Amino acid sequence: MARKVNLRIWRGDSTSGSLQNVEVDANEGEVVLDVIHRVQATQMGDLAVRWNCKAGKCGSCSMEINGKPRLACMTRMSSFEEGEEITVTPLRAFPVIKDLVTDVSFNYKKALEIPAYEHPADLGPGEARMEQIDVERSQEFRKCIECFLCQDTCHVIRDHEENKKSFAGPRFFIRIAELDMHPLDMLKNRKRTAQEEHGLGMCNITKCCTEVCPEHIRITDNAIIPMKERVVDVKYDPARWLGSKIRRREGS
Amino acid sequence: MSGVFSPSRAEIKERTLRTDKWWLQPLATFGVLFSFVIYATFRAFEGANYYADHLISPFYSPCLSEACVPEATIGGWTPISAQVFNFALSPALIILIFPLGFRMTCYYYRKAYYRAFWMSPPACAVAEPHKKYTGETRQPLILQNAHRWFFYAGLIFNIILTYDAIISFKNKEGEWGHMSVGSLVLVFSTVMLWMYSLSCHTCRHTIGGRLKHFSKHPIRYKAWTTISKLNHSHALFAWISLFGVAFADIYVRQVASGAWTNFYFF
Repeated sequence: MARKVNLRIWRGDSTSGSLQNVEVDANEGEVVLDVIHRVQATQMGDLAVRWNCKAGKCGSCSMEINGKPRLACMTRMSSFEEGEEITVTPLRAFPVIKDLVTDVSFNYKKALEIPAYEHPADLGPGEARMEQIDVERSQEFRKCIECFLCQDTCHVIRDHEENKKSFAGPRFFIRIAELDMHPLDMLKNRKRTAQEEHGLGMCNITKCCTEVCPEHIRITDNAIIPMKERVVDVKYDPARWLGSKIRRREGS
Repeated sequence: MSGVFSPSRAEIKERTLRTDKWWLQPLATFGVLFSFVIYATFRAFEGANYYADHLISPFYSPCLSEACVPEATIGGWTPISAQVFNFALSPALIILIFPLGFRMTCYYYRKAYYRAFWMSPPACAVAEPHKKYTGETRQPLILQNAHRWFFYAGLIFNIILTYDAIISFKNKEGEWGHMSVGSLVLVFSTVMLWMYSLSCHTCRHTIGGRLKHFSKHPIRYKAWTTISKLNHSHALFAWISLFGVAFADIYVRQVASGAWTNFYFF
């Protein structure tokens, strides 16, 4: 059975904008994206919204719903109280293009800055062998759908535009962790560059990235903190440094 | 204008549009941690009522000062002078830096106090009030990287506190095989401190997290898997152990001052 819901949708572009009230029907089983589409179809024909799979797997419909970074396709209308006003805005960490669509190209630039996997020189195509327990840590990070909700909620860049040049953000810390934990990756300086070039030290572990991840990746506990500990191994632990010199362990 | 109010971002005047009680958790965290700091400071300077009937307060153990009551020391070993620059040094002040440092640099507590005390940020998607932010890249916050050293020190403290919990199974006459309420209090506090230490992220890293090939180290992999399960509850252990150690101190203080009687079960 349909019910009326009150939406406040941010409309505008990079020069100005405001929240606009709209009343719309919501049917049982619908999600916020369904209702936004109904608004688009019936009342705001030029409303800009980015979406694709409607199944929580493409990461396109990232927006902020009642102030929280969410996927609109995974936010059920039944999760709101009867009569509750629902506020929908674009991601507030990125430049707005139009209405609910933001320019997330910052993330693609950061992706290019992360050095790729380096295959062992002595292994040809098809010769690589890995055991499951060696790759399962990295596999968790491969669940990332690049919705960039973690990037959006991270206060390091959300609240400090000037940090964008020196901070890769949680999405790319899991990429670095994925590669550093990869049993065959041969690149030796990931830990140091994570700290010195990608801004790992700027993270203060407030776990907001983990809280908003729709794939429930334990970004902070399984990627960022382990990477911080690995950085301590090579930069702030004289005993480990000495051990790496004596036993010729990987030291970077 | 920076952050969410930057010119290129969506023009929204509110610092947050969250409608839930996002302020409740940092407020509660602030209240509890601040209360603990006040109490711990008072107790650290008190320098009395830390030993009674084979019960020693965890705030004062190991008791290394010449000012310690002999029964509270480790075999009478008191290497630290009772006075420093004519200042009467409480035995607690000598050792406080280690458990305090372990908690201050703990990855869980960092989240808790960065949010509750420094509001950086106060909650997720709530704009912080600071104009600049450099995180843990400069002094003094770069010292957070010393967490593992405090972890190692914390393990030594846990061993000493385990010894304290064991000797609490003596009666007033010093005979073994007796158990009092104080014994249970100290055992609970010590077990929770062990759980807090073992579930620590640094412990997880040291046990096996730093390895690249788990398959070559099956025992460390097994240990890492177990520690990883404990690590899920690290925040819970952080709080329970904090309350446990505070209550153990309160209990010993009350017994030592004569306000409470330590009841013996047998």
